[in-house]
Amino acid sequence: MAKKIQVTVNGKAYSHDVDPRTLLVQYLRDVLGLTGTHVGCDTSNCGACTILVDGQAVKSCTLLAVQADGSEVKTIEGMADNGTLHPLQEGFREEHGLQCGFCTPGMIMASADLLERNPNPTEHEIREALEGNFCRCTGYHNIVKSVQYAAKKISKQEKVA
Amino acid sequence: MIPNSFDYHRATSVDEAIRLMAQHGMDAKLLAGGHSLLPAMKLRLNQPGVLVDIGRLAELRYIKKEGDSLVIGAGATHDDIANSEVARNTLSMLSEAANLIGDVQVRNKGTLGGSLAHADPAADWPAVMIAAHAHIELRGPNGSRTVAADDFFTGFYMTALAEDEIITAIRIPAPPKGTHSSYQKFMQPASRFAIVGCAASVTKDGGVCQKVSVALTGLSDTAFRASNVEAALTGKKLTKENIAAAAQAAGEGVMAMGDHFASEEYRLHLAKVFAKRALMAAAE
Repeated sequence: MAKKIQVTVNGKAYSHDVDPRTLLVQYLRDVLGLTGTHVGCDTSNCGACTILVDGQAVKSCTLLAVQADGSEVKTIEGMADNGTLHPLQEGFREEHGLQCGFCTPGMIMASADLLERNPNPTEHEIREALEGNFCRCTGYHNIVKSVQYAAKKISKQEKVA
Repeated sequence: MIPNSFDYHRATSVDEAIRLMAQHGMDAKLLAGGHSLLPAMKLRLNQPGVLVDIGRLAELRYIKKEGDSLVIGAGATHDDIANSEVARNTLSMLSEAANLIGDVQVRNKGTLGGSLAHADPAADWPAVMIAAHAHIELRGPNGSRTVAADDFFTGFYMTALAEDEIITAIRIPAPPKGTHSSYQKFMQPASRFAIVGCAASVTKDGGVCQKVSVALTGLSDTAFRASNVEAALTGKKLTKENIAAAAQAAGEGVMAMGDHFASEEYRLHLAKVFAKRALMAAAE
């Protein structure tokens, strides 16, 4: 039996009837066409499908769309502001934080959760926060540098503001 | 991977959830964080016809002091517990264990009650709750009851929880003065489940072990109290030698599990190593 859900995704309100077994990642990709969120392992190990639900990083392959009813969702598509890259996105570009790019959206969303809680993380804290995200190009070193770049940039922006 | 079809109900109260569970009987499953249930459903290992979602129930999501006890609502997430001052101040193994569960994304969704009800033989919370002498509060259509953590885990993914009951809270008695605790685990690097985990709580008086509580997970079909380790250390001086000797009893007489990742023999060896580490950390 289909269930009506209302979610706000990247600031835009949506309402759809969904089959309760629809995973949130399927809803984002197949219904809303937001294919920036990737499905890697589909078993809640790899973190490629990480998005923010009500500000918290979650694996959208392990969440039903109906569970997100009434929630605010943010995906990689919602990170840039009118064409200006989010500091995390800029960091991944500047520090060569991606190679094949498959894990990148999940890495960025998990890092967004981290920087929200801890704007000035140590290298160790960054590595811990990204434990749930796998990069099979094994580019972890540059990924950590990318997050450090973003943390610096955000703290500078806040000082100015 | 897509689960089987099911009907979905979001409960607005614990009482409504209990009513819905009674109404749908064996076909219904409770959904909290879903981080054990949904993976099982995606693999079709579990195919409930009805899901009753209790994931948004604020009445289940709290961590507070009540008299001398710490009371954690069943809906508190691992992340809630990891960041709770009052939990850390009661028994530091609570925050240590919470921080070692899965990864941030899993900790943001997974709940204490869900983990205990699921009773994965490699889960962290069962060992911690046994070592903490926790009491698990259950509510069903016929009222509430309390089960000691020692009696709650009855076998491989099996608990004392009845089909129509919900875990509402976990009550942890205040440990005696001079008590320190630790949770140490050797984890599977991908799933981050415990290959072997050990929770230990030590009450020290003048360098002597007054009281000790030790529980192991990952080793066999369910977490259990390592009574022989406790007996070997109680009343002894907390020296490195005495702790190492007591830890040798960890896993004695236990039918250990083995898989492609860790053999029975290896797990039994790890039980001794991690019992020693947890006791050393708790005795410091």
